Amino acid sequence: MASQDIAVKPSTDALFSGSSRNSRRNMGQFIRWALLFGGGILMIMPIVFMVSTSLKFPFEVYNLNLIPEEPTIENYTYVLEDGRFYRWFVNSLVISIITTASAVFFDALVGYALCKFKFPGRYLVFIAILSTLMIPTEMLVIPWYLMSKSFGWLDTYWGIMFPGVMTAFGTFLMKQFFETVPDDFLEAARIDGLNEFQIWWQVAMPLVRPALAALAIFVFLGNWTAFIWPLIVTNSVEMYTLPVGLSSFGDEVDVAWELIMTGAAISTLPTLVVFLIFQRFIIRGVVMAGLKG
Amino acid sequence: MKRNRLRTFMLGAATAAMTMAAGTGGASAVEIEYWQYFFEARVDAMDKLIENFEAANPDITVKMTHFPYDSYRTKVAAAIPAGQGPDVVQLFYGWLNDYVEAELIQPLPADTFPPEKIEEEFFPMVKAMRMGDSYWALPTAVRSLALFYNERMFEEAGIENPPANLDELVETAKKLTKKDGAGNLTAVGLTTGMTAQDHHWIREVLIRQFGGEPYLDDYKTVNYNNEAGLKAFGFYNDLQAKHGVTKAAFMDEPQAAFKAGRAGMHIDGSFRIGALESVRGLKWGVAELPAGPDGTKSNYSSYWVNAITSKAEGEKFDAAVKFMEYLTSDEAMQIWLETVGELPAKPSAAMTDENVNHPVYGPFIKGLEYAKTTVFANESAQRQAMVDMMQRIELQGQALEESVAQAAEEEQKILDEYYKK
Amino acid sequence: MRFYNNLTISQKQIVWAWIFLALPVLFYVVIRFYPTANAFVLSFQEWNLLGDRKYVGLENYAKLFSDPVFWKVFKNTFMYLILGTPVSLVLSFIIAYHLDKVRFMHGTIRALYFLPFMTSAVAMAWVWRWFYQPVPIGVFNNFLASFGISQIEFLSSTTNALPSVLACAVWAGLGFQVIIFMAGLRAIPQSYYEAARIDGVSTWTVLTEITIPLLKPTIVFLVVFSSIGFLRIFDQVFNMTTNNPGGPLNSTKPLVLLIYDTAFNGFNMGYAAAQTVVLFTILLVVSLIQLRLLKDS
Repeated sequence: MASQDIAVKPSTDALFSGSSRNSRRNMGQFIRWALLFGGGILMIMPIVFMVSTSLKFPFEVYNLNLIPEEPTIENYTYVLEDGRFYRWFVNSLVISIITTASAVFFDALVGYALCKFKFPGRYLVFIAILSTLMIPTEMLVIPWYLMSKSFGWLDTYWGIMFPGVMTAFGTFLMKQFFETVPDDFLEAARIDGLNEFQIWWQVAMPLVRPALAALAIFVFLGNWTAFIWPLIVTNSVEMYTLPVGLSSFGDEVDVAWELIMTGAAISTLPTLVVFLIFQRFIIRGVVMAGLKG
Repeated sequence: MKRNRLRTFMLGAATAAMTMAAGTGGASAVEIEYWQYFFEARVDAMDKLIENFEAANPDITVKMTHFPYDSYRTKVAAAIPAGQGPDVVQLFYGWLNDYVEAELIQPLPADTFPPEKIEEEFFPMVKAMRMGDSYWALPTAVRSLALFYNERMFEEAGIENPPANLDELVETAKKLTKKDGAGNLTAVGLTTGMTAQDHHWIREVLIRQFGGEPYLDDYKTVNYNNEAGLKAFGFYNDLQAKHGVTKAAFMDEPQAAFKAGRAGMHIDGSFRIGALESVRGLKWGVAELPAGPDGTKSNYSSYWVNAITSKAEGEKFDAAVKFMEYLTSDEAMQIWLETVGELPAKPSAAMTDENVNHPVYGPFIKGLEYAKTTVFANESAQRQAMVDMMQRIELQGQALEESVAQAAEEEQKILDEYYKK
Repeated sequence: MRFYNNLTISQKQIVWAWIFLALPVLFYVVIRFYPTANAFVLSFQEWNLLGDRKYVGLENYAKLFSDPVFWKVFKNTFMYLILGTPVSLVLSFIIAYHLDKVRFMHGTIRALYFLPFMTSAVAMAWVWRWFYQPVPIGVFNNFLASFGISQIEFLSSTTNALPSVLACAVWAGLGFQVIIFMAGLRAIPQSYYEAARIDGVSTWTVLTEITIPLLKPTIVFLVVFSSIGFLRIFDQVFNMTTNNPGGPLNSTKPLVLLIYDTAFNGFNMGYAAAQTVVLFTILLVVSLIQLRLLKDS
């Protein structure tokens, strides 16, 4: 990965000559690095705290010490020993992957159409799609439930997934990024005899790969953490997603915080993996854009 | 009326079908669905009850479905009107009104559950489940409040017995309060926090102990903006403002402070027992709530009830009735007590010598005899009125009288709006 | 096919646009617009989710506009927007801009900033709640105390609670904005920078004359999207004030929390729908204004 980074960076060093300037630059670079790194460590302090709490017995939870006096992995074994956990994990994974693929495809398609085609009603369609971001999910849940019931989607994967197969967020994001793609490229492809679908898929899409990667991360995350709709649409424990399953560590009056923290720590891991996979594309995409541009 | 006739017809049809099935040699099994919210102990207890019930009724199977507590109410509210969901459902007592009004549950049949018999057998607060001539739902278990105390802190402060009345409560709390050099509280004598159980303690216990009656007219009229109410709220407010033995929301939640050993005393419900038992190194005891200035005892009880939904018809209805009968039996109540730690809803099951003298359950069970149940229109909104009342005094320096008057007005508005229909 | 070939270029574009949009438009109409329309209708009705719906005309709106709590909530919602959007955008741009120039451990540092966005809001809100506690427990107050500064009431003060909750929300969302800015920075063709290098212009000029103008689509997206996010803030408030939602004394309550409370505690669906319509209108107006103001000239 490091080698890619180097390939990507414009070698601004060439601008400067003279060793004193260089060392001052290096000093500046180091301060920049140190500040960013320090800020990053501050950013994850609450998460360190979360992990620390997940390694505590209930009696120590409220002591709020960072390093547990008596560390234990009991909470992890408790959560993982529950056979249903794996089922929930797989459910979440399947749902998140399919929804992500679908949303990335359709959002890019719609975003492209709204950005690159001139047609009457374009702005209206854009605003209409954008406006779907403006209703809280809580108000949509009941109509969706009735809809699912009449279509027989209750307690199915499709039932959990359908509201998320396209997102206004992704459409808006992709539309903005397609704006950075010069029209000349598309025109050249048109002259080469590609049809519009091919132009989109073969020419435009590779140019916005950083945005696609970012979108994939966000959509995956959104589905991975979705709570209220999966809760409403599922009936059987086997169909629960991870957040729904993990939410049962609380009841009417009490919440087992050490278990909540454990669940949160465990369910953050897959998203971290997805992030690490996709963040490489955020870089690689630029190499291509750089070459073509 | 029409539905009843339909049911009679269905019953007849079902009986006929069953006779025919019996004639051909096999008993056809009826499956009914049961919903409750997920809490491990509750699910375990229900599994046991279902097992016993099915053993006694081989022709009935019960399928239990449970949902996380967080959104159980929403889930039930979304599913039942859509014709989905259970034949028998567990509801919080406070929701009953809405379900009765929307005809989503049906009355318990008077031949199996005669109202007079219920009133004779159950603790008096269960009366809240009667509407008109019939009962609509019944609990297996109930909860009440008691005073938890930290035995180690009692020992350190040289306190022998938990406080028996409100004056002793203040004195004991003073001895238990700890402060650091800068005057910051490091341990409170008594936890307070209107957001937890304290609003129940004030409503049904303190106001009554100071000679008042919190509501009139079947809980439709607020009645605490008067001398008794002011005394009760004044007493509560003084704990922090005058005696300095507590701080609202100290350690965020009262139970957290108690669990962490930073609170000497803590008023809470019997549902807290399980969570406290899992806290290693915390030695605690339970006592009855302190009596009032004139010795008046009072308590607040809340409970979850089981009800038959209007979806259950014909043989499913019959099976549901049988299941309800079992859920309200002494046996079921004892199993529930042993597994969940919630108290039996009938004196015959609760007031056994063993239960009354139990060091942990005893004080709660004694409280049941004089417990009251508030009928809420919207519990969270009514609680909010009290939360805001105390915060106006603490954060904005509003006078007690003014704040109580404002809260009474706000709460009355909530009640009026709810009952105007 | 012949018909298609006879079309002009712009007509072909229209045909293609609708081919691209056919399925998505169907999706949005059925899955999104229909329930939204439903909410609009519901706002003129009374419904407790269990019984029948009943038309009540404008009663829900009349009640809403005469409720002082609503106006308090209205003000809070805009406070979240006015404080949250600029602070988080400036912070995330600074981080992304510098991160873009750092090579050593680049991926790791980026992951550090993104981690909060990935972690469960419920768990994180709990941790923050404890950070904000008074001494001897709260991390922040202990820190202040060690410098001899008297302690600050964070969540239990009517003036400090909103910024305290907001800080947690900004923290949680920062990684998202950093990633989008990074993607935007990386989408700027290198040829522009090369040209600038040849001309020998200063870093500042590169930033203001090349980077920021070319980032405009990204900035438009982030301004509009994070404004929507702050106007719809819910998770952090709900989870950080879980014992007294939106408190103390409604000082942190945003509109979505009011809607949630009305719908799922009060089961007053019609009233909640009216609140939703108000939220929808606010969001739409704010977004349209922003899109207009930021429009490329």
